[in-house]
Amino acid sequence: MAGRTLAEKIIAKAAGQASVTAGEIVTCRVDLAMMHDSGGPRRVAPILERLGAKVWDTDRVVVVTDHYVPAVDAESARILDTTRKWVAANGVSNFHDMQGICHVVLQENGHLSPGMFVVGGDSHSPSGGAVGCFMFGVGATDMAGVLVTGETWIRVPGTIKINWTGELADGISAKDMMLAACARLGMGGGDYQVVEYAGDTISALPMPERLTLCNMAAELGAQTGIIAADEKTADYVRAAGGDPGDYASWQGDDDADYLAVHEFKATELTPQVAAPHSPANSSGVENHTGQNIHQAYIGACTGAKLEDLKMAARVLEGRTVASNVRLLIAPASTRTTAEAAADGTLATLTAAGAILMPSGCGACAGYGAGVLSENETCIASTARNFKGRMGPVNSNVYLASPYTVAAAAVAGHIADPRKYLAGDGE
Amino acid sequence: MTAQTSKGGRAWIFGDDVDTDVLAPGLYMKGSMEELAAHCLETVDPAFASGARAGDVVVAGSNFGIGSSREQAAQVLTILGIKAVVAKSFGGIFYRNALNFGLLAVVSSADVTVGPDDRVVVDGEAGKISNLTTGDSWDCEPVPPHLLEMISAGGLVPWLERRLAQTNPGKETGIK
Ligand code: SF4
Repeated sequence: MAGRTLAEKIIAKAAGQASVTAGEIVTCRVDLAMMHDSGGPRRVAPILERLGAKVWDTDRVVVVTDHYVPAVDAESARILDTTRKWVAANGVSNFHDMQGICHVVLQENGHLSPGMFVVGGDSHSPSGGAVGCFMFGVGATDMAGVLVTGETWIRVPGTIKINWTGELADGISAKDMMLAACARLGMGGGDYQVVEYAGDTISALPMPERLTLCNMAAELGAQTGIIAADEKTADYVRAAGGDPGDYASWQGDDDADYLAVHEFKATELTPQVAAPHSPANSSGVENHTGQNIHQAYIGACTGAKLEDLKMAARVLEGRTVASNVRLLIAPASTRTTAEAAADGTLATLTAAGAILMPSGCGACAGYGAGVLSENETCIASTARNFKGRMGPVNSNVYLASPYTVAAAAVAGHIADPRKYLAGDGE
Repeated sequence: MTAQTSKGGRAWIFGDDVDTDVLAPGLYMKGSMEELAAHCLETVDPAFASGARAGDVVVAGSNFGIGSSREQAAQVLTILGIKAVVAKSFGGIFYRNALNFGLLAVVSSADVTVGPDDRVVVDGEAGKISNLTTGDSWDCEPVPPHLLEMISAGGLVPWLERRLAQTNPGKETGIK
């Protein structure tokens, strides 16, 4: 018998079976269910009411408000109010109200640990794979089923391996790695299978960067992304107040069957930019240099964690945002803001002229503050640049790393961040 | 109750890459489910929505239901009475949604050859697709019994409704 992939091992444990095979349909116990204000209580409550059912285990549910925070109008205020009232009425203790973006908040608070089987009511739920969980996104009907039964069925996915080897050059980040992967594999390349990232480049990445990789497995059309836990994972989970458990046992077997193995060389990677309107529309920054922009946005779960803000700060240190551009920065969580304030990162950003925004999804999904006007162009550290996502259908979004977004803000047009980093004394 | 076998219906034939926008066109998403269903697949087969009858079967190529996560893409097919969809492969989210809305979706790598007027039966339990008109049959991946039970109940929510009524009559509680 061939060995098992990491995903197969986690699914087998959740299904209470010795092993599972790709293609097989099994029912799994859910270790944790995560919902946010947009897709959560307001959508599942009517289904639970119809069923006259309550939450199966209030300790295994985490609710986060992030999409509509802070409220900008009566409708968003009502959505938040609905969320808060549902949480109180159902006795859900894990409620993170306005503390940041769900995928980041979940990991910061130690809710996830290696080997868990987790569902999330958001398409970027694969983010959880960064700590070695099998976590995938579900819709409202699926979520309601989980909330009532604590179970869900799954057709066991196969695993596609993405190997990254070598050292990343200065100024290159996880976002560049994912944009390059989107360009090569396309938005359907993940085929609703699992994308497992491996190789020495991945081992060297800090946890928040790993989150970015797993998060954007969604852009490859994968069911989820995952990275086998290592000591870094365990340290991170412990520091967040979680229990990494027997983390070293959650590894794929060497002789497991992979659907495909894609090799990427970190040493060859340059800053990547995705042109409108698809992350797969990516190529080296040199193809976009000089492109005019109106706004630069450093935000979202993929692009505004502490590491991301530090990347931006290295470019912005001692420089100022060009007069024809506005630079908006929405830290991914309130903890990120506090840490960036404590270590001086925020001061560097604001001294350069960045406009600091509340933590939340903000302009990323076009729900919050910072959206674009007709025909405006933005360069953003977010995960998606679909048509009309950040404003009117004729607005344009380029995707890039926080380094590249910051460089564009300084230059007033898309620019290579490496020339700003060369002399920063680090 | 068993409904793992569709009773045999007319086969509607489609090619590869039928996406969720073709199944549930964005233009009609704001209207009622019935209105949306009336436009289901109209850009590929204008006769489909008005011609489909209860028990009919869709036979398609690869990647059926690729695209967005909209649950309506599966729901409209059930509204039109489609009992089963046979495809070489499915969009992953569509596949989940289909079963959750009581639509039997089966994967078959075989070249299922059916004519437009052929009668087709899909047996999810046995993993068999039969062309009643020609007598041909093909294998498909079987669907486990508890999921067939969910499909026959009309999907996840009606199935839970039934399960809750049996487990905890009169009580408001989750199933432990
Ligand atoms: S920041 Fe953007 S990608 Fe992340 S959860 Fe919010 S809307 Fe989704």
